[in-house]
Amino acid sequence: MGAARAAFTEGGHVMTGLKELMQPHRIVMMLIFAALVIWCAVSLRWDWLPKYAPLALEGLWTTIWILAVSLVIGFLLAVPLGLAQAVGPWYLSIPARTFCTIIRGTPLLLQIWLLYYGLGSLFPQFPWIRSSELWPYLRQAWPYAVLALSLSYAGYEGEVMRGAFSGVAKGQLEAAKSFGMPRFTMFRRIWLPQAIRNVLPTLGGETILQLKATPLVATITVMEIYAVSSRVRADTFIVYEPLLLLALVYMAIAGVIALAFRRLEKG
Amino acid sequence: MDSAAATASALETDTRREAIRVEDLHKSFGNLEVLKGVDLTAQQGDVVAIIGGSGSGKSTMLRCINFLETPSSGKIVIGGEEVAMRGDGSPANQRQIERIRTKLAMVFQQFNLWTHRTLLENVIEVPVHVLKVPKAKAIARALELLNRVGLGGKEDTYPAYLSGGQQQRAAIARALAVDPSAMLFDEPTSALDPELVGEVLTVIRDLAAEGRTMLLVTHEMKFAREVANHVVYLYQGRIEEQGPPAEVFGNPQSERLKQFLSSVA
Repeated sequence: MGAARAAFTEGGHVMTGLKELMQPHRIVMMLIFAALVIWCAVSLRWDWLPKYAPLALEGLWTTIWILAVSLVIGFLLAVPLGLAQAVGPWYLSIPARTFCTIIRGTPLLLQIWLLYYGLGSLFPQFPWIRSSELWPYLRQAWPYAVLALSLSYAGYEGEVMRGAFSGVAKGQLEAAKSFGMPRFTMFRRIWLPQAIRNVLPTLGGETILQLKATPLVATITVMEIYAVSSRVRADTFIVYEPLLLLALVYMAIAGVIALAFRRLEKG
Repeated sequence: MDSAAATASALETDTRREAIRVEDLHKSFGNLEVLKGVDLTAQQGDVVAIIGGSGSGKSTMLRCINFLETPSSGKIVIGGEEVAMRGDGSPANQRQIERIRTKLAMVFQQFNLWTHRTLLENVIEVPVHVLKVPKAKAIARALELLNRVGLGGKEDTYPAYLSGGQQQRAAIARALAVDPSAMLFDEPTSALDPELVGEVLTVIRDLAAEGRTMLLVTHEMKFAREVANHVVYLYQGRIEEQGPPAEVFGNPQSERLKQFLSSVA
């Protein structure tokens, strides 16, 4: 039945989608848009593209994996942060609330710089860190970028999850309890899935915000897609075209994220 | 045989068949004492109806039996096993209370089906993830039970798409799926539209006829009189009167019960 319903709605989308697209005013809009794209392609400068394409692809990949890793780590931190604030004892809830308040109350750029220039300059002063296995990583920029973005996502989503956990109807948990469900099973099977389901639209929006926060890590020398566009500008003095392409790339990724969340909300 | 000996022998046979025993149960919420010492025993196969006005403590009493509410003091014995309690009334042994709860299936006023799962998933949830029944077996049994409560073919539907009566019948199927030794019904029809009450009562009536042990908090006096073999009237946290339904409803002794019955009739 679940699959049948999904197929039905998808079929419905395709049907109405085609019919709706074939309206006269829509056709005019599409033609204008096509003309704009053609004009961009013909009269703007794209000759730099072949030379920088490999670098751009690398940058795109860096953006995507830094985003993905920080989302996963951030969310894994957000769950306990939300739980601690929603139902935790004071010695857990106060630190969790403090963390979320600090993260949400300070600019991400500042957090990135504090971690990179602060921790990054503190570490080399300890010989045992310099001689440790981790040092080859700790002297690069990306660990600080991932850490800062993860903590930021954790801070915002910790607050979202606090609401999500408290928002699950008490009766849902009571039913589980009344059947002798152990606490962890109840958390895993009832509480967490319902909490996440309730805030999926919010999480989708926050994930797109997180995507658009990633260019900030270019300021600590991480070569992601925004940094590549800056590089093109610095090398060639072509300003507008790389930025235009960059906007397109971010829109495409945001579109994929939005679609993925819409899928999740239905399933 | 003198009466003392008769009582003693009756008690002896009783303990073997005993399903639920509540002794001197007290429960306070802050300064408000909701239960002021309630004693109650249900033998296997008993259908005990608990009636009383709102605020009389009947739901609280039911919820204390499986420790959804923590009693302030008293003793709860389920199937001959006393629930170990701490000084504050909370269960001392989480494992024990979880094991005992799996034998007491509860049906709630607000159904409380898990909204993110289909009816089938609701019914197999506890058997599969708590009682560790093989999934295929649990599914077969769940389909059987859904069929039995008149929800055959609805197994893949989510609770939100069902009427209150259908949800409550599904909740009863979920309760039956754990093979409970006793069932606790907490005002199972109070949240239903009047035309949906009948279908739920029919299911409960069948269960009573099967000889299932049930504690039933209800406002349906006619129904209580019909299915229960013992009726308890609670008034302000105490048992004011109890006995067979014919006695309690037909020949009430206390003024309060008389008043209560005339007000709900």
